Amino acid sequence: MIESLQHFFANWITQDVMVVAFFAAAIALLVRGSRNERWQRAWKFMKGDRLGLVAGVLIIGYLIIGGLDLLKISPTTSVFDWLANAVVGLQDEPTKASYSAPFATHTFSTAKPEPLQFPGRHFLGTTQIGKDTFIQALKGSSTALLLGGLTSLIYLPLGILLGISAGYYRGWVDDAIQYIYSTIMAIPDILFLIAFIMVFGKGVGTMSWALALTSWISLCRLLRGETMRLTERQFISAARALGQSHWNIITRHLLPNVMHLVLINFVLGFSGVVLTEAILSYLGVGTPIGTASWGQMIDGARGELSREPVVWWNVSAATVALFGLVLSLNLFADSLRRAFDPKRS
Amino acid sequence: MFSYLIRRLLYAIPILFGVMLITFLLFFVVQPPYARARAILGEKARPAQVQQWLHDHGYDKPTYLNTKPGQHLFDSLFVNQMKRLITFDFGVSDKTSLPIAKTFTDGVIPSLCLTLPAFVIGFIMAVTLSLYQVFIRYSALDRFGVFLCVALMSIPPMIYMFVGQRVLAMQLNYFPAYGFDLRGWQTAKFVLLPVTLMIVMYLGNDVRLYRTIFLEEITQDYVRTALAKGVPQSRVLFVHVLKNGMISLITLVVAHLPFLIMGSLLLENFFGIPGLGNALIHAIQTGDAAMTNALVYLGALFYLAGLMLTDICYAFADPRIRLS
Repeated sequence: MIESLQHFFANWITQDVMVVAFFAAAIALLVRGSRNERWQRAWKFMKGDRLGLVAGVLIIGYLIIGGLDLLKISPTTSVFDWLANAVVGLQDEPTKASYSAPFATHTFSTAKPEPLQFPGRHFLGTTQIGKDTFIQALKGSSTALLLGGLTSLIYLPLGILLGISAGYYRGWVDDAIQYIYSTIMAIPDILFLIAFIMVFGKGVGTMSWALALTSWISLCRLLRGETMRLTERQFISAARALGQSHWNIITRHLLPNVMHLVLINFVLGFSGVVLTEAILSYLGVGTPIGTASWGQMIDGARGELSREPVVWWNVSAATVALFGLVLSLNLFADSLRRAFDPKRS
Repeated sequence: MFSYLIRRLLYAIPILFGVMLITFLLFFVVQPPYARARAILGEKARPAQVQQWLHDHGYDKPTYLNTKPGQHLFDSLFVNQMKRLITFDFGVSDKTSLPIAKTFTDGVIPSLCLTLPAFVIGFIMAVTLSLYQVFIRYSALDRFGVFLCVALMSIPPMIYMFVGQRVLAMQLNYFPAYGFDLRGWQTAKFVLLPVTLMIVMYLGNDVRLYRTIFLEEITQDYVRTALAKGVPQSRVLFVHVLKNGMISLITLVVAHLPFLIMGSLLLENFFGIPGLGNALIHAIQTGDAAMTNALVYLGALFYLAGLMLTDICYAFADPRIRLS
């Protein structure tokens, strides 16, 4: 039963369907959000924030590349691979499994350089197994997207549910939720992640769970506080006086008023996931070896930088790609925060 | 005040118990001792060998309650593990069979050599820079400062280490590239580069955070009053705002406390400093669950100790708590 489920989820068609569904759901949520008056005001504010807009466009670029790489057209090739190989003409070295420098015509070897199949085409060089570094660096965004997406799918509902419940019901519900997150918080994040992954085994799935279990806390605390503030307001008292059910008050009155906090937290959480993946991969408990992730590429630098002459292009490409995404996410989150709360920042 | 502190202490106990429960679930239930033995001894180990290993480490007990006839009911993994953690008897490492407590006492000093200077200098720098940013708030320079902070915190920490070692140590020869020696000034020579890198790694994040806190503080009424009675703006910031902002800062600073003692995992490993962070990395690489378990517990303990310390600081700083 479990095995057949695993087969089902490991299937590339299932993956495609899930990726499309995920993107559709995200767009639907944004469209739904844009009907909210507060979001419209924020959008007006954001239009004047050039840095935030540039960051937003960059993020969309990363999302498109990552999404295209997650969409498979066969078990091993993605839409992105196909575009890169057949349309743009960037190819991996099929036979020469070795490093080659940017724009090189021969493999990177002081003793016996061999001619490349695509000389001068790899403008960021190739990796140890002859893959084009530029393509690998771009493909890293798919791992980032997958991890960030899975983590958010787990931690956002958890954080929203527990945070609003704690703030709305108070009493023993609040005490219990506070106890749970105080306990997890007491273990330093990185130690919890390491212990969790060590015990459950490496893999993207385990890592998402581990990251989700540490990320929901900040969202939960934020929403708890905000919900407590909101429930003091008159519109909630009015809803109560009119006899609205708890469910209605939470979904119709509280949730729309905290969704912007969720959005900001989500964007920041994404950048945290990308950085943490790099650190965990470096510590040896990250994504499995062979994954096209920035963490793996940076981890590889330990050996590459001690070679003579130095193999610098892989780590540089991965760092620039990662830095671009994390910086854009951070700047975009700042910009969102300003837009939703212009008075305070 | 005394009753307040007692209350806080009592609040920490169930949390510590929760942490013990989480570590037990992870290291004894999800990954039963048998799997640990297999991981350490290898797949080819004979069953007798595995049994012997389990017996040596005291892992050959039932999980929760010992219902075997003739044996004590509470002689189980769970009860024994709880007893051990409470009494700080961490036992021996799974991999090397050396006492874990020894690793800790050996590792604390090197870790502190790295983290304590980095923490103190970094904190002073971050507070100064963020206050200066608040002083020139919303100017072009302030905006650029914020951007720089975000950029600094968007670079993975490993890159600082790679570049630092490569450029500062190996090409310019300012520092030794690797190693550690606990001998007075010799230590400083080895620690200087990691300390510098650690400060830079955390600076962006800290400055940005403190700036937000201080910005919140300057909207308070007492700032307006001070300015109205003619106190110069620099004095308002660096005396009044700093003092009040410190109360919020204490909480944030405490979150760093476990890392002071646990050291910085990445830096210690990369520069060969034999501290606790390095011990943890070795434990990860060798699959040493007993060591990781002990370190996780210790990290939580330091965090809770820090929390208690914050409460004491609060009690002294805030008369409303002191007099309650």
